[in-house]
Amino acid sequence: MSSELEYLSHRVAAGRLTRRDFLGRAAALGVAATVANSMLANAVMAAEPVKGGTLKAGLQGGESTNVLDPALNLSQVNFSFGKCWGELLVELKPDGGLEQRIAESIESAPDAKTWTMKIRKGIEFHNGKTVTAADVVATLERHGDKKSKSAALGILQGIDTMKVNGDEVVITLKDANADFPYLMADYHLVIQPNGGKDDPNAGISAGPYKVTANEPGVRYGGEKFKNYWQGDKLGHADQVEIVVINDATARTAALQSGQVQMINRVEPKIVDLVKRIPGVTIRNVAGKGFYPFNMFCDTAPFDSNDLRMALKLAMDRDEMLEKILRGYGSVGNDFPINEAYPLFTALEQRKFDPEKAAEYYKKSGHSGSILLRTSDVAFPGAVDAAALYQQSCAKAGIKIEIKREPGDGYWSQVWNKQPFSLSYWGGRATQDQMYSTAYISSADWNDTRWKRPEFDKMVIAARGELDQEKRKKMYADMGMMMRDEGGLIVPFFNQYIDATGKNVEGWVNNPSQEMCNGYALSLCWVAA
Amino acid sequence: MGASLVKLVGKRIGLSIILLFAVSVLIFVGTQILPGDVAQSILGQAATPEAVANLRAQLGLNDPAYVRYFRWLFGLLTGDLGNALSSGLPIGPAIAERLSNTLFLAFWAAAVSVPLAILLGLIAVRHRNGFVDKLISASTLAAVSLPEFFIGYLLIYFVAVKLGWFTSVSTVFDGMPFLKRMSAIALPATTLTLVVLAQMMRMTRAAILNVMQSAYVETAELKGLSRSEIIWRHAFPNAVAPIINVVMLNLAYLVVGVVVIEVIFVYPGMGQYLVDHVAKRDVPVVQDCGLIFAAVYIGLNMLADIFSILSNPRLRHPK
Repeated sequence: MSSELEYLSHRVAAGRLTRRDFLGRAAALGVAATVANSMLANAVMAAEPVKGGTLKAGLQGGESTNVLDPALNLSQVNFSFGKCWGELLVELKPDGGLEQRIAESIESAPDAKTWTMKIRKGIEFHNGKTVTAADVVATLERHGDKKSKSAALGILQGIDTMKVNGDEVVITLKDANADFPYLMADYHLVIQPNGGKDDPNAGISAGPYKVTANEPGVRYGGEKFKNYWQGDKLGHADQVEIVVINDATARTAALQSGQVQMINRVEPKIVDLVKRIPGVTIRNVAGKGFYPFNMFCDTAPFDSNDLRMALKLAMDRDEMLEKILRGYGSVGNDFPINEAYPLFTALEQRKFDPEKAAEYYKKSGHSGSILLRTSDVAFPGAVDAAALYQQSCAKAGIKIEIKREPGDGYWSQVWNKQPFSLSYWGGRATQDQMYSTAYISSADWNDTRWKRPEFDKMVIAARGELDQEKRKKMYADMGMMMRDEGGLIVPFFNQYIDATGKNVEGWVNNPSQEMCNGYALSLCWVAA
Repeated sequence: MGASLVKLVGKRIGLSIILLFAVSVLIFVGTQILPGDVAQSILGQAATPEAVANLRAQLGLNDPAYVRYFRWLFGLLTGDLGNALSSGLPIGPAIAERLSNTLFLAFWAAAVSVPLAILLGLIAVRHRNGFVDKLISASTLAAVSLPEFFIGYLLIYFVAVKLGWFTSVSTVFDGMPFLKRMSAIALPATTLTLVVLAQMMRMTRAAILNVMQSAYVETAELKGLSRSEIIWRHAFPNAVAPIINVVMLNLAYLVVGVVVIEVIFVYPGMGQYLVDHVAKRDVPVVQDCGLIFAAVYIGLNMLADIFSILSNPRLRHPK
């Protein structure tokens, strides 16, 4: 049988080619319609998930210091493994909308201050206990406790009171927040029995896999949870395993030799080589993550908007995207939002303009060199990015002095401490969350020292606005303000670049995070 | 003779223990001057100031340094290695598992490389300046000149990816069948063997050749003994001391210096464990690992000295 036809039939099954086109191509290749039809039927059948077997991923981003407690999940491996065993209230769909998981529905009173979450009946924890509203409240209590080390502490600060009402959880907020349901999709908020207050490291939740192996920084194993509440949709393999492979070359070799079926973090500079490996598919998806050059708006010389504008105009975004990310990304526009967010409005794209930059630079009255701090750990290619920027600034007559900082201690000594440095942001579920986390005056992580009361007011107003059209307009205004006055230079948004091995099917790109938003091991199967 | 020998060995052991204490002080001081802060490093970029303050208090980082040093030392002497700051888990069991993995890999690398190196050295001497000698020298020197990660990548590419004989991911875990475990460590053990082979082989060759210059070897030659017999019976036993020294140094390297190999082959040994915890400023773990490494180093050096004393009667009677 023709391999081309086989390929085409798979494309039909995957929904990338219409049935009509397929039959046309088959006829052109001299295949009778009946044969073509039966091929198609086979291919569609093959697209049904294959149950059983072991699915193995080799992932970067695990350390021997990691623990299972979802409150402390930071690294990529814990994130992906957390999605194997943990179940959340809601989850982000590939289109940016919300999928109801443990919460069957989330309804708000008209003021967007009182929220009622109905807890789905009949969901079971791995220890056999049924998930109740009390477990949900206990989970939120644990993460929202002032003494908690949870990374979700910040987003739960807005909660005023919580109470259990039968199978409902009723939450009142201090201020109106139309995005409240999105906050519940935070990956730290894994629902655990009694909120994990007894033993947060037990690894017990209601996800598709039960934890069978937990060797921090080495390997993690999961066994299919027979009573998973939507076992037809997630958890096709009997066993899943994650091997921590922090070395990029070793990771690629493991995929190539078939020891793992999927890997994360393929480096942009080797993507084209990996593509040539037979059977390997690159899975790249544009996300919300971006790599900023942060200026402190309250520190000289960056307190002059003219200077900030000069530095923004002196950034050659196209060259940067091409050379640093090899095109695996999209250019930024000096505000932290892109089309991966639901309520995004495109603004006029800022272009590299050395002459205008020189004008603004002159107007700012600053002279002498400007110190830019960078490090390998800021983002992959951050040191090269600083050097490229230095060159494009030179064309505008701006002298940049680069200081390469050690990776050790970069996040504690340089980022958010020094006035001009490189960093990364992983994006957030909604625009409100992104702005609230890093750009309102009171934000702990206000890494551009952007302190504008009028901007804060806009954020709070948009947060309480339930009319989506009005809200969209408000976000466009905020984006414009940040683009023209903020302390942020965004050369580009990055892509998540994962790769899968032979015959791995079921992959669904999701812009929220890498590895199908962490669900790759649960969503995929290996076709025969 | 017995008493003076025991006295010598005892003195050597006593010195080692004193040295180990000195090292423990150095390690403790060293970890105090690392830049950055444990709490901040554990929480990473996502740390809020309240979270950092909470964690600092909880970890007891506010006590003075000397209090923490003696608390640590006392714990060590009573077999309590403490808890890791970053994960809150006890360090003892974690290190025990990692150390046994490291020793397992080191043992098999040594089991192959030490006899092989000595044998190759003997063969090289037997065929001194001939083709065989040059071949052995050239190939082992080539192997040692390549960086270890490069040898590792070459083996991964050819043996694991192209030929598919062994796995490139050498993750071992509890309850793994012995043969599977051996197959998993095949490539890292081979890499290590290639890395340490040359130095031991060269030292064996040089030490024996040195002895071959002496008068009693000439006597043996005049007696009409065969070259192999001279090397094996007369030269080798007298060249043992320097060979033991270099073997011990390489054994120490196999335990404490293989972090690159562990990263490439995803082998769960001590090196990776230490590096992860240094990055997180997890001071108790760094201190414990550092002291274990120091103990291995000092211990093997002590053994080398003791074996040298035993193998060379002249050293037993210092003038």
